[in-house]
Amino acid sequence: MTDHQLKLKSIELRKKVLKYIYNAKAGHTGGSLSSTDILNVLFNRVLNVDPENPKDPNRDRYIQSKGHCVEALFATMADRGFFPESDLDTLCKYQSHYIGHPTKKINGVEQNTGGLGHGLPICVGEALAAKMDEKSHRVYTMLGDGELAEGSNWEAALAGAHYKLDNLYAILDYNKQQITGDNKDVMNTAPVRDKFEAFGWAVKEVDGHDVAALTEALNTGPLEAGKPSLIIAHTIKGKGVSFMERNIKWHHGVPSPEQFEQAQMELTKSMDLVN
Amino acid sequence: MELDKIEEKDLQMGNANLIVFSETLQELADTDRDIVAVTSDSRGSGKLVPFGQKFPKQIVEIGIAEQNLVGVAAGLASAGKKAFAVSPGCFLSARALEQIKNDVAYSDNPVTLVGISSGVSYGALGSTHHSIHDFAVLRAINNLIVCAPADNFETEHAVRKAAELDKPVYLRFGKKNMPFLNPEDTSFEFGKGRVVRQGSDLTIIGTGETVYPAWQAAKLLEDRHGIKATVVSMHTIKPLDTELIGQLAANGNPIITVEEHMVNGGLGEACASFLLQNGFHNPFKIIGIPDEYTVTGSQVEIFNHYGISQQGIADQALKMLNI
Ligand SMILES: Cc1ncc(C[n+]2csc(CCOP(=O)(O)OP(=O)(O)O)c2C)c(N)n1
Ligand SMILES: [Mg+2]
Repeated sequence: MTDHQLKLKSIELRKKVLKYIYNAKAGHTGGSLSSTDILNVLFNRVLNVDPENPKDPNRDRYIQSKGHCVEALFATMADRGFFPESDLDTLCKYQSHYIGHPTKKINGVEQNTGGLGHGLPICVGEALAAKMDEKSHRVYTMLGDGELAEGSNWEAALAGAHYKLDNLYAILDYNKQQITGDNKDVMNTAPVRDKFEAFGWAVKEVDGHDVAALTEALNTGPLEAGKPSLIIAHTIKGKGVSFMERNIKWHHGVPSPEQFEQAQMELTKSMDLVN
Repeated sequence: MELDKIEEKDLQMGNANLIVFSETLQELADTDRDIVAVTSDSRGSGKLVPFGQKFPKQIVEIGIAEQNLVGVAAGLASAGKKAFAVSPGCFLSARALEQIKNDVAYSDNPVTLVGISSGVSYGALGSTHHSIHDFAVLRAINNLIVCAPADNFETEHAVRKAAELDKPVYLRFGKKNMPFLNPEDTSFEFGKGRVVRQGSDLTIIGTGETVYPAWQAAKLLEDRHGIKATVVSMHTIKPLDTELIGQLAANGNPIITVEEHMVNGGLGEACASFLLQNGFHNPFKIIGIPDEYTVTGSQVEIFNHYGISQQGIADQALKMLNI
């Protein structure tokens, strides 16, 4: 898939994200839109996974630590063929497996996440096991920046470096906001880069909406041999919809019919600008 | 049946208990500079945005770090602050369990732990966001009062008592609007259940947001079958009001307990333990969430699925009365 095609797909995925949230009358809008490009690149260019063979022991592992942004994950996974998109009509409905967080009942989902600060420790375990078994697959997680306040992340960061897990990749969806407001006002975690480097990680910063830059950062192997990699993806919460961008009201805001129409229109229009 | 839709003549509908918690905390903070709310990116869901605006010096934001939330609250309490640590019940009672056990209960720091959106209030978000284990784990910790107020009255009084009391307390709130149950009874004490409906044929003991469906079931039983049930709001799970349970059990009537909690280790098993060890052999049934992957859906759908509902409780009562 060319960069051009991938960029168009990102917009399609954002439109779907909003459709699911609108239909379910619930969801995590801002963080789904900020992470759409990352997921699109992961599932279409980076992860060695096969919807037909989801338990292949040699597959790459992707564990979404910021589980609340399930709409972007489901949109991407449905598009990649893990399940029919029509399954998502049942999102958040009675007895549906498609709830407001990823669960293993769904083809291709590796872990049940939703409580923040769980993804990285599990990934350390997966990456360690891969080393023990001399396997070459990689282990990926996506973290939220508000999520970084959970101490478990820093405990796992220590362990990842201690065990020299250069098969471990954490991607930070660095939208700089959480529920209550900006990270810097709620609980400052900056400078993230310096902290992770001090913990023994190799770090690279990229524009998290630039599919080519994301591809390059995620596809060239560990940033440094013998160290886990952190890709800090600078993103915009609510990316793609003017009135949602950087507005914390949209962390878990649900669009009204008018807002939904306007958002779809804006996204459709933005396709013309894709180069 | 939608839990928050009731006929006007039956009961007066109130607010969500969480809103009353926040309003009461503001009233207390008006005259008490030592009241401090501690939050973990949870002030919106805890309805504490107005509190934060009014008392910016009496709110401490910790970020998404529940263990630190409880640890910091313990330190604040130790230094004389009346700390209210506010976070979703699921994270508060699981993520920060060791801090609750060691730094609050064991070290006897009088923190009020406020579990918001508890039980299955976050139904469709799945088990990570359900707290149906909190009664069980917190009951197993010495020196901690565990309380789930049923209505706005109990909420206001529980918050005031917790602020007054120099002891660790866990308060558990859901998100639904709750009607006033037995407004004539104006007494509230931790450890004293409230009888919200008097009957003579069986006893239904609920707690938190299950007292209302218990009340509705009692009404249905009376209207359709002429069966009169006593309904108790057992707002305090620990210490349990064993005196009241003993009194109600004395006539040998069936007893049903109803909780928004797994049947393991909650209200029902606490009642059963008392009854069995004290020679009572009443027909006894625990209604709650079974030990399985909890069904997905909204709170009402989950309630209906497991019979934590007017119909479910009434059906259970009829079965026990052989009707
Ligand atoms: C342990 C835990 N505490 C609290 C929450 C509630 N919660 C869900 S999303 C969220 C904010 C997340 O912010 P961030 O990590 O920055 O994610 P993003 O901005 O990408 O949405 C919070 C507090 C949770 N899911 N898990
Ligand atoms: Mg964020």
